[in-house]
Amino acid sequence: MTPEQALLETEVAIEMITVVIDGFEVTVPKGTLVIRAAEKLGIQIPRFCDHPLLKPAGACRQCLVDIEINGRAFPKPQASCTIPVENNMIVKTQLTSTVAEKAQEGIMEFLLINHPLDCAVCDKGGECPLQNQAMSTGRPESRFEGVKRTFEKPISISSQVLLDRERCVLCARCTRFSEEIAGDPFITLNERGALQQVGIYEKDPFESYYSGNTVQICPVGALTGTSYRFRARPFDLVSIDSACEHCASGCAMRTDIRRGKTLRRLAGDDPSVNEEWNCDKGRWAFKYLTNRERVTTPMIRGADGELHETSWPEAIAFAAAGLKDKRAGVLVGGRTTVEDAYGYSKFARVALGTNDIDFRARPHSDEETSFLSRVALNLKTTYKDIDVADQVVLLGFEPEEESPIVFLRIYKQVSKRALPVLSDAPFASRGSEKLGAVLISDLSKIANLTTKSVVIVGERLAETRGAFSSVYELINKSGAKLAWIPRRSGEPGALAAGAIPTLLPGGRPVTDPAARVDVAAAWSVESLPTSQGRSTSEILLALNVKNLDAVVIGGVDPLDISSTALTQLLNSFVVSLEISHSAITAVADVVLPVAAVIEKSGSYLDWQGSPRVFEKAIADSLSRSDVRILSMLADEMGSPINLPTVSATAREIASLGKWDGTPVAFEKSVSEKITELGEKLNLKSWRLLLDLGTLQGGEANLAGTARKASAHISKARAEKIGVKSGELISISSELGSLELPVEICEMADDLIWVPRNSIGSQVIANLGFVNGQVKVIKA
Amino acid sequence: MTELTPRPDDLGLTAAAKANVPIENQNAKSFFAQLQGFWVTFTTMFKKVTTVEYPEVKEPMAEGFHGRHQLNRYDDGLEKCIGCELCAWACPADAILVEGESNTEDARYSPGERYGKVYQINYLRCIFCGLCVEACPTRALTMTNEYELADDSRSKLIFEKEDLLAPLRSGALKPPHPMAEGKTHIDYYRGDITDIKND
Repeated sequence: MTPEQALLETEVAIEMITVVIDGFEVTVPKGTLVIRAAEKLGIQIPRFCDHPLLKPAGACRQCLVDIEINGRAFPKPQASCTIPVENNMIVKTQLTSTVAEKAQEGIMEFLLINHPLDCAVCDKGGECPLQNQAMSTGRPESRFEGVKRTFEKPISISSQVLLDRERCVLCARCTRFSEEIAGDPFITLNERGALQQVGIYEKDPFESYYSGNTVQICPVGALTGTSYRFRARPFDLVSIDSACEHCASGCAMRTDIRRGKTLRRLAGDDPSVNEEWNCDKGRWAFKYLTNRERVTTPMIRGADGELHETSWPEAIAFAAAGLKDKRAGVLVGGRTTVEDAYGYSKFARVALGTNDIDFRARPHSDEETSFLSRVALNLKTTYKDIDVADQVVLLGFEPEEESPIVFLRIYKQVSKRALPVLSDAPFASRGSEKLGAVLISDLSKIANLTTKSVVIVGERLAETRGAFSSVYELINKSGAKLAWIPRRSGEPGALAAGAIPTLLPGGRPVTDPAARVDVAAAWSVESLPTSQGRSTSEILLALNVKNLDAVVIGGVDPLDISSTALTQLLNSFVVSLEISHSAITAVADVVLPVAAVIEKSGSYLDWQGSPRVFEKAIADSLSRSDVRILSMLADEMGSPINLPTVSATAREIASLGKWDGTPVAFEKSVSEKITELGEKLNLKSWRLLLDLGTLQGGEANLAGTARKASAHISKARAEKIGVKSGELISISSELGSLELPVEICEMADDLIWVPRNSIGSQVIANLGFVNGQVKVIKA
Repeated sequence: MTELTPRPDDLGLTAAAKANVPIENQNAKSFFAQLQGFWVTFTTMFKKVTTVEYPEVKEPMAEGFHGRHQLNRYDDGLEKCIGCELCAWACPADAILVEGESNTEDARYSPGERYGKVYQINYLRCIFCGLCVEACPTRALTMTNEYELADDSRSKLIFEKEDLLAPLRSGALKPPHPMAEGKTHIDYYRGDITDIKND
């Protein structure tokens, strides 16, 4: 057992140390830095390079203080951000020591010598630590009369981050972040002395998914976001605490609004989830709202086949007439809030009298349905378990692409104590390389699982038959911790709200009479549908063959499900609840506009199952949350669901609570027999973080840092086809084909990997499936 | 009937009313005193008047009078405003609204990287204190002597950038146009751009 593991095993008593700072005693754990101990007393020592989540650097020298240990004083002032407290230490900050005060003033003068003082045009002006601390610590008047150092400004570090080199105070926060936290050492400090500057490796593009954090932690305006540059001033903005709507990591966010428009988003501070970081998608992908044309008024399809704007009562009446006493299903989509998902769930059961409801707008399977409703709902794994894990196993899950904050948490432990990581990915992606993940071809290779191991399964595991069953067996045998981390933010919440064919809200099985009575009593209805409903693909199939007449659709992109999903809808009555015009609204009979995330309140459940509550960011918005519209629709249909507001819905969810009965056992499936491939290759794919996703629309700067699409094959296969790295190959199925440049890497000879939804590689649209056999030839 | 209590400041009127005594005017005692008063009026008729027949006659205001704002230009027509919003920040009446934007190679409105895209002053709110002028780092915002700021609707009293921009001098070009050849925004800021003829 290594000392690190021993530390994890037992709670070690922490030694406490008492120091005197400015005449006040403070007791802190051993190893605490002087600057933190001072913070505990409320003494603010000015600083630039110090950041509580980064390792000490002592780069800016702004935090100089006078220190004396055992009666012996240091000959010169010391940087308080690099010195840990010790017994009998007496610290004098700028408040009590003229030496420290003079030293800090001197450092500030040095820093300002080459700082341009262009605060008027600088984005940081108004929220700038340098500006503030120059006022509190600096000299009132400059003594510098020379010519300031200037650089060409600004230079692009990437398409979304700009660097003004003369503003930089060389604190190295950005370079330390990219190295220590993100593991992408793309930027570094070049040159020496007065010419020292932040620079990029010219050969490698700055393709970090976390580059936005460097903008946020830059203590001056040296790094700025291209999208926000010159857009606003901090005093113009109204900041609202919000939750990220992109993935199930569950980041706390801050949204800055000016006159009804989102100007920027920043990472919020939640030590138990995202610490102080977020990914670039969460930070910059918010223009989807203004990208496509918003639906602002209800519309119904007239006899001429066109959508016509109409009034709310008319549209609701039209939709109700089309749904009442009809066989209808509900497709919720993976991006709803818990409250909205609950609304869809109750609407399906009460107003439509069916269990045909599913939140999965992606490839899925019956085995997954069973896994979600019997296993996934009761998992209690959290970020904390990753922090103390002895091993992390990633199955059908690519953390950097599909849940970036989970990646950061794993990476933190990998870089800290070489946490072993296993992954079932077909090749080592950049994320896997950073984690040092050992690739395994099948689950039998997983060894040494203990109760401290964490097994993370992603939504893509549904694409391999029998995989969930094997994982279930593995967990049962080893007692390892299991986590289900889907890609979309709404999925854990939708599962808990019962937007799935097998479950009522709170994990109550639809087939359990006691559970049905429970919910029926709470909802004041006589009975609830008894049989298990249809899943997404079954609903679409039933619509196509007229076993269902109508469908209510939330935010769903049909091309996320299958290439035929849209055509399967054509013959039925479609009610679409949407924020913007989409492929679904183009075929819908009724389009009801709903509120986007910033216009409504609500909550998401992150993958840990903890709620991420957010409030309405735009106060005077007229847009309504989905649940309110469903409630109006249910009233019109004569079977009310009584959910007039989001807060009423949240209260009802809380009062209903979780199911305490026995869950139904997980039904296992047998693994698929591997069919003979012949000349064909097995297609593997996943979505990259930055791709053609609907919610990333309208943000060209963000798209500029997306990884380029390429097809990955093994060396032997490449030789067989006769292509070299970078050359084009054609990948085809019966339904279509696509052409991509080749990247040769270490992987099995019968596999090919392509990104699922990137430029030039939209697998479902181009090939018709995500999981099948394709023919690969040189293009 | 309740007894009236005399208020301390009623100058004895309550007591007088009770005693039914007529109130006498103590001041206009003599005809001569009245004549003296009319004489003042009469002599004033021959003095020089200080008022003018506004609006037919308009007097120039004193130097430094706080009138309508003006957004100044450099001599070649480029705007001095950089959209920094310091005027809006300084404004105690919240009368100014500014939104910045980046200059591009194709559309340059001011020297340097940034210009004010939206600039509004709401003259229903403005108190003409001049703090905005003090705050302006490029001397883009100054105040003119114009004081005729009355109109018949609220919206007309919100002045847009076009209403506030200084007129183009002869030889100046209307932006967008590039900076003078070989000059940078620093030359502009230092005032090294004078009498540039764009032809």
